[in-house]
Amino acid sequence: MTALTKKDFVSDQDVRWCPGCGDYAILAQVQKVLPELGVPRENFVFVSGIGCSSRFPYYVNTFGFHSIHGRAPAIASGLKASRPELSVWIVTGDGDALSIGGNHLIHVLRRNLDVNILLFNNKIYGLTKGQYSPTSEVGKITKSTPFGSIDHPFDPIALALGAEASFVARSVDVEAKHLQDVIRRAHAHRGASFIEILQNCNVFNDGAFAGVTEKATKADQTLVLEHGKPLVFGKDRDRGIRLRDFQPEVVTLGNGVTEADLLVHDEHNPALAYLIARLGPPNFPTPIGVFASVDRACYEDELGAQVANAREQTPPDLRGLLNRGDTWQVE
Amino acid sequence: MAEGAAAAAGVKRVESRDAVVIRFAGDSGDGMQVTGMQFTTESALAGNDIATLPDFPAEIRAPTGTLAGVSAFQLNFSSGQVFTPGDDLDVLVAMNPAALKVNVDDLKPGGILIVDHEGFNEPNLRKAGFDHNPLEDKSLARYQLFQVDVTKLTAAALRDMGLSARAVFRCRNFFCLGLVSWLYHRPIDVTERWLGDKFKKSPELVEANVRALRAGYNFAENAELFAVSYEVKPAAIQPGKYRNITGNTATALGFVAAASKAGRPLFLGSYPITPASDVLHELSALKQFNVYTFQAEDEIAGIGAALGAAFGGAIALTTTSGPGMNLKAETMGLAIAVELPLVITNIQRAGPSTGMPTKTEQADLLQAMYGRHGEAPLPILAAATPADCFAMAFEAVRIAVKYMTPVILLTDGYLANGAEPWLIPDPDALPALPVHFRTDPQGFFPYLRDEQTLSRPWVIPGTLGLEHRVGGLEKDHLTGNISYAPSNHEQMIRVRARKIAGIARDIPPAEVFGPAEGDLLIIGWGSTYGSVRQAAIQLQAKGHRVAHAHLRHLNPFPPGLGELMKRFRHVVVPEMNMGQLVRLIRAEFLIDAIGINKIQGQPFKVSEIVARSVKVLSGGGKSA
Repeated sequence: MTALTKKDFVSDQDVRWCPGCGDYAILAQVQKVLPELGVPRENFVFVSGIGCSSRFPYYVNTFGFHSIHGRAPAIASGLKASRPELSVWIVTGDGDALSIGGNHLIHVLRRNLDVNILLFNNKIYGLTKGQYSPTSEVGKITKSTPFGSIDHPFDPIALALGAEASFVARSVDVEAKHLQDVIRRAHAHRGASFIEILQNCNVFNDGAFAGVTEKATKADQTLVLEHGKPLVFGKDRDRGIRLRDFQPEVVTLGNGVTEADLLVHDEHNPALAYLIARLGPPNFPTPIGVFASVDRACYEDELGAQVANAREQTPPDLRGLLNRGDTWQVE
Repeated sequence: MAEGAAAAAGVKRVESRDAVVIRFAGDSGDGMQVTGMQFTTESALAGNDIATLPDFPAEIRAPTGTLAGVSAFQLNFSSGQVFTPGDDLDVLVAMNPAALKVNVDDLKPGGILIVDHEGFNEPNLRKAGFDHNPLEDKSLARYQLFQVDVTKLTAAALRDMGLSARAVFRCRNFFCLGLVSWLYHRPIDVTERWLGDKFKKSPELVEANVRALRAGYNFAENAELFAVSYEVKPAAIQPGKYRNITGNTATALGFVAAASKAGRPLFLGSYPITPASDVLHELSALKQFNVYTFQAEDEIAGIGAALGAAFGGAIALTTTSGPGMNLKAETMGLAIAVELPLVITNIQRAGPSTGMPTKTEQADLLQAMYGRHGEAPLPILAAATPADCFAMAFEAVRIAVKYMTPVILLTDGYLANGAEPWLIPDPDALPALPVHFRTDPQGFFPYLRDEQTLSRPWVIPGTLGLEHRVGGLEKDHLTGNISYAPSNHEQMIRVRARKIAGIARDIPPAEVFGPAEGDLLIIGWGSTYGSVRQAAIQLQAKGHRVAHAHLRHLNPFPPGLGELMKRFRHVVVPEMNMGQLVRLIRAEFLIDAIGINKIQGQPFKVSEIVARSVKVLSGGGKSA
């Protein structure tokens, strides 16, 4: 096999996201990482639902399936369960995965099929031209909420953890290197890998994540998670997260407070991951990185094993099957 | 036939019957379904032709003794050919007053009525709404009433086993089975073997039930209860090896056989729903046949997973009933757009909404035909009998794979749970189902169609050099890339429709039973087959020029159907709905077909079709 390059993963279709859309950056990072993964190009399958993000498969020169709104995890589950050798990727958005497809998302995570889920979260419905989404903040003024949204949002990371996801991570569209690393880790993880990618919709929700993307604020408003390391952040790396009475708090290092007092990240501890998932603006920085990575059996492995065991114990005998039970001969 | 039975019966008078219709009725906890199924097996082994009708409530255990909790199983067994479970009963076994009340009106005058005497106690009478005991007045005088102390006699047979009163009570059904088995010279050794297998983990239960069975048999033989016993001679049926099979089992086996013939894994994505769940159960236990079953989180995921598996090259299937069909509609549209093979089996039940989940109906035909947005035609098949479900499941896969299309297979609750003898096919004689995955990149386009079938190539992920994208957006007619070109859209709509219509060239013409022309053509589809065929036979016997055509392919219609109808003065279409096939026929052929409709959750009685047909023949016209 000749070495694959990024070019091999660029399809002949014109990319038609709005100029300045965060999706371009994500596409570029995915196309950069895919050739490095050691998977033959024909074994990649990208499955998507409906929405801006879900146009993704058309632009990647692999097998692709642009399906219907919210259902990509269901379609990907059937594909992966019956073809475990394929590298299956689900591309979705906050409306697609968390609203209309919420049920399928939690169940693909629970079953732990070895698929990689890229959820582009821009906190808005883009393709339908600007209605609030399940991640939009209360009070959000949109076309469908002229007096402000009264819907309480939920957090994709907390949701994924609640659904027993075995790999949960967050990255940012413009953080090229971080995003690549997280994508590599997701691919390496055996089981359902969930990545929330904070993605800017410059047309309908510009600057939704400005705090974590703007040079001036990002160091103070982003908490980069590293396994085994204390939760430190800030331009001068002088602030951290401490737990007091089971409540996280931001502390400044010095004056008797040392790194030893801080929470230490442990990817293998989903309870801690949930606690970290609850951090975020306005009182805390936004955590990015791998929240949780735990080992758990994959659905397709178990299913394949049941089929293999059954074949070993009872060789398939169609004639025997048709003739099962009480039979009688009519002369 | 058990020779002992015939010899024993010899001491009493033996009469011969051509056909007997028997119904076992009791509380839903009384084991009437098991009793009926075992009596069916015994009758099949005795060489009779048979047809069955299980009828049970939706509640797993409705309150004991109530009318709502009555569960029944009806069997017609005959020395001639049998098409239906029978209209009126020769025998009714009623385990309690509620079972009597719900069923006794179906018993023929002079029919045999067997009741558990002790079941007619004060509380049970009250729960069934009797203000006095019907066994003690003259209200049952027109039947041959046999009051048997079933509960007491069963208890006596199991006395020394140290079982709880409840465990003893639960063996009563086998006492009754023994009793009726003697009455009709049925072999009970087959039931003993079945019990031995069913309860192999608890030998005590085997013994208790076998004892109850034998006690019932011996009681009937020794007590002065029955003066006469009956024999029903074996039927003259096509030679070969038979087994008894329900529609759901036949459906499951049909798909396994098809996938096996195609040499591909079978993938079922399904969500539990009455009356379809048994197909999921059956297939889940057949993994050795390369069967992958996926119990999805909902109906949508069931078909979604199946479509994903189809993309991957599996023989893909989803099973459901009416409410689930609604939820699957959007994915069917996607399957039509991406042109992947997929079978959707709808085991119809009475609707709308939750309706009557355990009762049968045929009211989803128009939904199957039109229940999607956009112009979205797909082939529709319907099985005619429980055993026919095997053939139609196989046929559904054949069409799906050959034409790269989703296919809807319609069965219904009556077929699903009903049983009949099945002439077991030779797997080697089943047709091959060739599956071709394109691997040649030379001149490849995802929507380049086969000239004859108009199907696009099946290219599965993992095929080097053939990477491509499919999706629900309208596609260029060749490259499959997104296209909003106006003429391309019309071209794609028309070619997809032409592909489905062209299947008519690949299916058998409508079969006619009876004269090739005449006064009345009865067109049926689905599970009405038995009633319609029997009605046609009766009408022909009365000298009417009547024929029966039964449609297994509903979209497209079999070739020649239009010409066939024109050769008859009247066309009637009996359906368990408000008139759905009749609408399609009238629209397609501009023929003044008349509907005969029944929407009661119960199959047609032969007499109902005969009566309305006679009315049409005598000029009754539309009022039929």
